[in-house]
Amino acid sequence: MSTEPRTQAAPEPEEAQAPAAGERKPTRRPIAAADWIPTIKTTIAAIVLALVIGAVLIAFSSQAVLETLPYFFSYPWDFFSEAAHAIGESYWALLTGSVGSTSALATTLVRSAPLICAGLGVTLAFRAGLFNIGAQGQLILGALAAGYVGFTWDLPPGIHLLAALVAGLLGGALWGGIAGVLKARTGAHEVITTIMMNYLAAALLIYCLGKNAFQRPGSDNTQSPPVNDSATFPTVGNLHLGVIVAFLAAVLVWWILNRSTLGFEMRAVGANPDASRTAGMNVPAVYTTAMIIAGALAGLAATMGILGHHDSLSPTMAGSIGFDAITVALLGRATPIGTVLAGLLFGALSVGGVAMQASAAATPKELTQILQALIVLFVAAPALVQGIMRMKATDENKTVMAKGWGG
Amino acid sequence: MKLEIRGLTKRFGSFTANDKIDLTIEPGEIHCLLGENGAGKSTLMNMLYGLLEPSEGELLVDGEPVRFGSPGDAIAAGIGMVHQHFMLIPVFTVAENVMLGREKTRGLGFLNRAAAADLVRELSTTYRLAVDPDALVEEIPVGVQQRVEIIKALANHAKVLILDEPTAVLTPQEIDELMGIMRELKKQGTSIIFITHKLREVKAIGDRISVIRRGKVVGTADPSASEAELAEMMVGRSVKLTVDKQVAKTGSPVLAVKDVTVVDPRGVQVVKDVSFEARAGEVLGIAGVQGNGQTELIKSLLGLVKPDAGEITIDGKDIRKHGPRESLAEGIGYIPEDRSHDGYVGAFSVRENLVLDLYREKEFSRGMALRLDKLEENAAHRIEEFDIRTESMESSVSSLSGGNQQKVVVAREFSRPLKVLIASQPTRGVDVGSIEFIHKRIIAERDKGVAVVIVSTELDEIYALSDRIAVMYDGRIVGTVTPDIAREDIGLMMAGAHGPAEAAEATR
Repeated sequence: MSTEPRTQAAPEPEEAQAPAAGERKPTRRPIAAADWIPTIKTTIAAIVLALVIGAVLIAFSSQAVLETLPYFFSYPWDFFSEAAHAIGESYWALLTGSVGSTSALATTLVRSAPLICAGLGVTLAFRAGLFNIGAQGQLILGALAAGYVGFTWDLPPGIHLLAALVAGLLGGALWGGIAGVLKARTGAHEVITTIMMNYLAAALLIYCLGKNAFQRPGSDNTQSPPVNDSATFPTVGNLHLGVIVAFLAAVLVWWILNRSTLGFEMRAVGANPDASRTAGMNVPAVYTTAMIIAGALAGLAATMGILGHHDSLSPTMAGSIGFDAITVALLGRATPIGTVLAGLLFGALSVGGVAMQASAAATPKELTQILQALIVLFVAAPALVQGIMRMKATDENKTVMAKGWGG
Repeated sequence: MKLEIRGLTKRFGSFTANDKIDLTIEPGEIHCLLGENGAGKSTLMNMLYGLLEPSEGELLVDGEPVRFGSPGDAIAAGIGMVHQHFMLIPVFTVAENVMLGREKTRGLGFLNRAAAADLVRELSTTYRLAVDPDALVEEIPVGVQQRVEIIKALANHAKVLILDEPTAVLTPQEIDELMGIMRELKKQGTSIIFITHKLREVKAIGDRISVIRRGKVVGTADPSASEAELAEMMVGRSVKLTVDKQVAKTGSPVLAVKDVTVVDPRGVQVVKDVSFEARAGEVLGIAGVQGNGQTELIKSLLGLVKPDAGEITIDGKDIRKHGPRESLAEGIGYIPEDRSHDGYVGAFSVRENLVLDLYREKEFSRGMALRLDKLEENAAHRIEEFDIRTESMESSVSSLSGGNQQKVVVAREFSRPLKVLIASQPTRGVDVGSIEFIHKRIIAERDKGVAVVIVSTELDEIYALSDRIAVMYDGRIVGTVTPDIAREDIGLMMAGAHGPAEAAEATR
C-alpha cells in the first residue's frame, strides 16, 4: 500500500504570465538601478504635467492676460504673448527665488529640513506597515519639549543645544510611542490613534501656552519666548547647521532600513506580519520601535524650527509640516532618498512661491500649493501620467499603499 | 456546442506562454487539461474566456470562427468559467450573486430578488446542485460557494464550462460531490474543461486528457493511461512517484507532546488531549481531513499559539512557554501550511527570505548591522543546493512559481542544524518535479537523525513519507498506525473510527 503513487498537490495561482523561471543561472548582483528608473521617469513626468497645468493657471490669474481676452478673436497674439510673459516671469521667479542664489538656496534648505525629518518619520513607519498620520502631533510634542528645555534651562552652549535636541527627540518619540504601544498591545489602528493624538497634541500645546512657564514675558499673545542662544544651532549666513543633522538623519534612516537587523525586521513585518512572527520576530516590539523612531524624527523636525529658525512656540507654529510630511513621504515612495528629494522640492516650491508673488507677474504664492497637490496627485495615479505622456506602461504602476483597516 | 482551438498562440514579449495549441472540446465531454504550475493552462483558459487576446490562431464555436474581446463575448458565446479564486461577493446572498450583472428589475429600478431566487432554485433542481438561494455567501462552505459559481455560469446559459483547479479548495467528500455534479452536467449536454494537476482526479472523471507542458500540447491520453505515464507526459521525464528510503533507524524520542489542549479565540477546543512522541530518525505522519486540529496543533508546537493545557518537551526540556523565536532556537525547523501567509515575505528577495529566521545569527549580522556579503554567499549557495529556479537572488519570492517558493522555505529551514522538523503540507501547490525533490530532502533530514513530523491531508504523501502515522479527527489523535495499514482503514479513522481494529470492524 505504501508504494502507491502520489498525485498530491494542491494548486497555486498559476504564474503562466511570468517567463518560466528557470534555466538561467541566478546572477549575483542585480542591476538594481533599472528598478527605479521607471519610478523616476513617472515622477518627473508628474512634475512636468503639474507645471503645465500650473502654467495655464498662471496665465489666467494674470491681470495683463485677462485684459487681452475681450479682443482675443480679433487679435489673439496679444493673449499668447502676455500669457507666455506671465508664465515665463513666474516660473523664472520660482526658480531663482528658490535656488538662484546662495541665500535663496540656504533658505530652501532651511525650509526643507523639517519636511525631510518629519517625512523620514512617515517613511520609516510606512516601511514597517504603519501609516503614521501623527507626524503633526509628534512634532508639536517635540517642539514643546525642545522649546521648554531651550528657554527655561540654563546650560553652557553646545550642551544646552544637545539637551534641547534630545528633549525634542524624546517628546516626539513619546507621542509616537504611545500610538505604537496601543497598536502593539491592543491592535488599535494607528491611523485612528495617530489622528486623535494630533488633536491631543494641539490641545496640549494651547494648554501649555496658557501656563506661565511657557508665557513670553511682557506679551499678551499666546506665545513662548524663543530659546536661549545657547540652545540654537550654529548658523552660517542664513543657513543653520540643523540642516546637516536632517541629512544625517536621512542617512541613518537609510542605514536602519537597508543595512540593519532592525530594518530587516521592520520591512519584513511591514510586508508580512504573519510570516515575520512565524520566523520568530517580535511583531509588537517592531511596531512599537518603529513608531518611537518615527516620532523621534518628527521631534527632530520640530527642533529645526525651534532651535534652528528661532521660532517660538505658538498655536500656529507647527503649520502643516506634519501633514506635508505625509505627502513628502508618499512622493518619495517611502524611501529615504526619495523623501529627501521630495522634501527639497517642496521646500524649494514654498520658498520660490514667495519670490513668484513678488515678481512682475504677481502670481499668487498659493499656486505653489496647487503645484504640490498636482504633483502628488499625478504621482498617485501613475497610469494617468503614463497615458497622458504616452509612456510605456510598466509593472511599477504601484504607488505606496497603506494597508487596509483590517490590518 | 463544439469548441475548437486552432493554433492558438500567446506571447508575452519574447516569452511564448502558449505555442500553437490545438484542442477540440466535443459536446458533452469532460476534457481534462493536465499540466504543471506555469505550463500555460491558465493563459489558455484566459484566452478562451476573453481575458487575453491571442497573438495568433483562432477559436471556432460549432465551426464558426469567433473572437472574444472581453469575457462578455465569451459568455454570450456560451462559455462559462469557474475561477480558482471565487468571484463572489461575500455579503450578498446566493441569489444576489447569481443575478449580479444581469439584474432583473420590476419597474422603477426595484430589484426582482424573487425572480433571481426562483432561477437559482430551478437551476439547482435541474442540475442537482443543492444550494439555498437566500443564504449569505460568506456563511456557506467553500464547496457550496463553488456550486454558486457553477450556477452563475449556467444562468448565463453556458454550454462549455471551464473549471480552473476546482478541487484545490475542497475536502475529499466535497470532491466526490463535485464529481457527481460534473457527471450530471455532462449528462445534460454541457461540456466541461477540467483543469488540474491531480492525476487521480483526471483518471476518475475525464473522457479525454490533454497534457500541456511549457505552453505546448504534448499529447492526448486516455483515462486508462497509468498515473506514471501521465506524470511523465506532464513533467517531460520519468518521475518517481514513490520515495526511495531505507528502513528508519529510529532513535530516542526527541519531541514529546503530552495531553496538549488548544482552545481557539472563539473558545472552541480545537486540539483535545493530544499526546505523541516524535523519535529521532523517523517520520511521524499526521493524517486527517483539513480542519481537524492539525493546524492549531503544530502552531502550538512552535509557540505560535499557547497550548491551554499539556506539556511539550524537546529532549526533556519544557518548551510550552516558548515563543516562535525560542522554539526555532531550540532546533525546530518549521514549514508552515500556508507558505505565502506564514512562510515567506512575498515582497522580499530570495536572498532576504533565505535568512528570514536566521538574520540574528552571528553568521549573518554583527551587532545591528546585517552582513550583506554573507547573505549573498548564503543565497548563492542555497539557490544552487536546492535548485531554486529564479532569475536572480534579488527577484522577489512572489514572482517565483509555487514549487520554487516552497523550495525557498525548505532551503531556509534546512540550513541550520535541526532536532525536530515540523512540515505541514510540505508539497501543497508544488509541481511533480519539485515534490520529488522536497520529499528526498525530508528523508535526508530523517536519515541525519532529525525527528520529522509531517502533517498532510493527502494520504499519498503520508504513505510515501511516514514511518508511523497518527490520524487526527475532531482535535484528537484517534490512533497511531504503521504505513502498511489499508487505505480504506485509514480513511475510516480520518472519519472518526478509533484505531485500526474498529476501522476493520466497520469495513466488515
